[in-house]
Amino acid sequence: MKDSIMTELTKLTICEAKNGLKNKDFTAVELTEAYVKKMDECRKLNAFVCEAPEQALERARVSQEKINKGEAGELEGIPLGIKDLFCTKGMATTACSNILKNFVPPYESTVTGKLLDAGANFLGKLNLDEFAMGGSNETSAFGPVVNPWSKDVPLVSGGSSGGSAAAVAADMCAGATGTDTGGSIRQPSAYCGVTGIKPTYGRCSRYGIIAFASSLDQAGPIAKDVRDCAIMLKTMAGYDKRDATSAQVEVPDFEKFLGQDIKCMKIGIPKEYRVDGLNSEVAAYWDKAAEMLKARGAEIVDVSLPHTQYALATYYIIAPAEASSNLARYDGLRFGNRVDGQHLDDMYINSRTAGFGKEVKRRIMMGTYVLSAGYYDAYYVKAQKVRRLIREDFLKAFEKCDLILTPTAPTPAFPIGDKSMQENPLTMWLNDIFTVSVSLAGLPAMSLPIGLSQSGLPLGMQLVGKAFDEASIFKAASALEKDVNFRSVK
Amino acid sequence: MSGMIINGKTGDWEVICGLEIHCQIISKSKMFSGGSTHYGSDANENVSFVDAGMPGMLPTLNEQCVRQAIKTGLGLNAKINKYSEFARKNYFYADLPQGYQISQFKYPIVGEGSVSIDLADGTTKEIGIERLHIEQDAGKSIHDISPTKSFIDLNRAGVGLMEIVTKPDFRSPEEAGAFLRKLRSIVRYLGTCDGNMDEGSMRCDVNVSVRKVGEDGYRTRNEMKNVNSVKFVMQAIENEARRHVETYENGGTIEQETRQFDPSTGTSRVMRKKEFAHDYRYFPEPDLLPLVLSDELLAEVKADMVELPDAKKARFVKDLGLTDYDAMVLCENRETAEWFEKAAKGHDAKKVANWMMGDFFAMLNEKKIGLEESPITPENLGKLVDLITSNVINGKTAKDVFVLMAETGDAPDKIVEEKGLKQVTDTGAIEAVIDTVLANNPDNVAAYKAGKVALMGWFVGQVMKESKGKANPAMVNQLLAKKLA
Repeated sequence: MKDSIMTELTKLTICEAKNGLKNKDFTAVELTEAYVKKMDECRKLNAFVCEAPEQALERARVSQEKINKGEAGELEGIPLGIKDLFCTKGMATTACSNILKNFVPPYESTVTGKLLDAGANFLGKLNLDEFAMGGSNETSAFGPVVNPWSKDVPLVSGGSSGGSAAAVAADMCAGATGTDTGGSIRQPSAYCGVTGIKPTYGRCSRYGIIAFASSLDQAGPIAKDVRDCAIMLKTMAGYDKRDATSAQVEVPDFEKFLGQDIKCMKIGIPKEYRVDGLNSEVAAYWDKAAEMLKARGAEIVDVSLPHTQYALATYYIIAPAEASSNLARYDGLRFGNRVDGQHLDDMYINSRTAGFGKEVKRRIMMGTYVLSAGYYDAYYVKAQKVRRLIREDFLKAFEKCDLILTPTAPTPAFPIGDKSMQENPLTMWLNDIFTVSVSLAGLPAMSLPIGLSQSGLPLGMQLVGKAFDEASIFKAASALEKDVNFRSVK
Repeated sequence: MSGMIINGKTGDWEVICGLEIHCQIISKSKMFSGGSTHYGSDANENVSFVDAGMPGMLPTLNEQCVRQAIKTGLGLNAKINKYSEFARKNYFYADLPQGYQISQFKYPIVGEGSVSIDLADGTTKEIGIERLHIEQDAGKSIHDISPTKSFIDLNRAGVGLMEIVTKPDFRSPEEAGAFLRKLRSIVRYLGTCDGNMDEGSMRCDVNVSVRKVGEDGYRTRNEMKNVNSVKFVMQAIENEARRHVETYENGGTIEQETRQFDPSTGTSRVMRKKEFAHDYRYFPEPDLLPLVLSDELLAEVKADMVELPDAKKARFVKDLGLTDYDAMVLCENRETAEWFEKAAKGHDAKKVANWMMGDFFAMLNEKKIGLEESPITPENLGKLVDLITSNVINGKTAKDVFVLMAETGDAPDKIVEEKGLKQVTDTGAIEAVIDTVLANNPDNVAAYKAGKVALMGWFVGQVMKESKGKANPAMVNQLLAKKLA
């Protein structure tokens, strides 16, 4: 096969690749080979932290046999990248932390297990911020991911699912898994010009996903378009008795909502999201997106989410509190890296000092502090109360509308090593401003590309739905995607 | 008044004590994982990925443990909370793989209750229960295998526990001892915990303080951890109370601290001072939903309840005519009570109780065997009592028959039949024996007739001996009196 055709193959969406395999236009092995080649070419992006080309090619052969026998699964032979937060049996899983370097889980996460069962083929593990704590992929123990849209200066991919978004954007995989705690699927998707959905909390099982903040963590797909997100999410979602917080709710065939009429659908615009200093290009695209939906018969309504201003503070109390406890198991005793010490406490201190990076330590300290005797009520309890108010804000807003439209992030991707971000973590955390409320409320939200900034960088729009109403998101997103036609822009 | 008073130099002191008891829940698998709870397996044999705190592993609640906790709560006459929450108790230790223990904090599954204890003077006292909550056990650290290394066994990690907290209602070591025995009896009746303190399936933390008689409020208390027998608990309370009194009377103060009880000396030493107390940073467990009990589940558990020792005891006294003491002893453990009920069914319950508390328990003791290994079945003990009440054998023969039953396991009627031990109730036969005895002892007959009536007993003895114990003693008395008149 010629190089040009191989490049073509990696440009295909999952849906197109499925058809091509079905029609015998190419084989699963050829498809995988094309991606392996692409991974080689794009290695400088640092999107993959663990590559498994041989395993992938072996699986591709098995997939092709199944396709030949007419026994193809839903994702048979589709090469995917897996965020290195998902435990993959027999394949190193590190959370991009030194404390888990060389950790090979003897079990498979539910979500990756479902993808494998559907015939998907894993190319390797994708870079992320250490333990998913970060918004630029710069906290990874393997170094930052370079945004494929970078020109002269290397830009961040966003985070924490930076490797996932960049790999999809650079055609290094057909689709990827991500996880989202405060925006970790949506924000990197926006920065890299790809489509990602964080489904409703409880939609996908958290079993086998390395925990950051249990009450917020949720898996979802990052893909080349809305349809691919629908295809992947259908396979990834579903109740799992091994996760007590996974929901016993039926999983619809999300693909069927694509292209459905959005006439009379009410789209809410929250006034509190017009923050001071909002990038004017972002603001203009927001208006444009609303116009596009209106032109298709949707009704644009103003809604209010009055507690928005407290969302960041609330998130940065609850998430670190849970993280400080979730990360206690990394003590050097049973798995991961151990640095010996004279006494047990010394070993803990040495192992954790060497194993965790600066941002992770910062969050463990914050979380420990807000849970401490004397501070618990003032911080954690209060944050839980505000979280409830934020959730109620959305419930009220959704009495007036079916979906909420907001930008995904206040700016496009910024340069790696940006001084202002490095010196003041608060600046970095502000990137989450449009995404964290949704996470605190446990609602589904998708980011899809809306266009390019004047400097030629992708910007994303976020569609937020009611709990377990991903259907409305898919309907409106497919309409918006058609009008924006981002793939031609690209 | 069963309270213990310590007569100090400065006056009389009262002992105040409360207990926290950890009861291992009887269930096949652990509280939040499918790991086996089997006791006595090889080290680290029963450890699932969840138990080992592996990355990405999540707890899922074992409903059986919830049922057991509700059952126990009902047994403690306590309020069952339809809404409860799990919380994480955070601390680092080598045998705590997750770095936190999943427990309950603000919202326990069981609220206030009370347990009635029986005291030596025959009175009873109500002990208040503060709460019962469920949590997972930690693993075991073993420090005595190597001088430089500690070994960790995670078999116990994740096993379900019920922590029962009493109110500070104990005023003496005896009361605390009586409570522990009662609690053990209740959980064993219910089958929710095997109550074996020596195997660690029931562990006790003891809180002790003292105050001057007549004083209001409480003084500083100390907690002694993991005191593992009823005897040690009683010893720990007594010694700790005396230490407090001595300290106060010497002008000292008691600091709040956690202490370690040493069974070899019966005393305790400081384990942790207050300023080093752990800050456990409790917060609601985000991996588990709040526990909401349905009416159906509560009804199911209620329907599954067994008669508890207090109710059984009351019934034995009221319906079967047992004394309070006998009923209490027979009801202390469920197997004994049930054995007794089987034996007493359709027979003279009071007599059955006497036989059980006397010869039967003595036989078990002598043979050093448990009830379940007894060669005498409850049915056969009942039959033996029946043979007596229906005059087939007399009391003395019954003792011999009992011994044979214990030796052979045979039924008493079979033994009586085979050995020809049937009591003689035929007037003619007994008269014949009497005549022989009288004829052989003319001197004594004369002496009796001359007024030495005390010889009657001797004559009865001779007749019984002559009849090889088979003659009915009442008839012998009656006929002798007539013949000698």
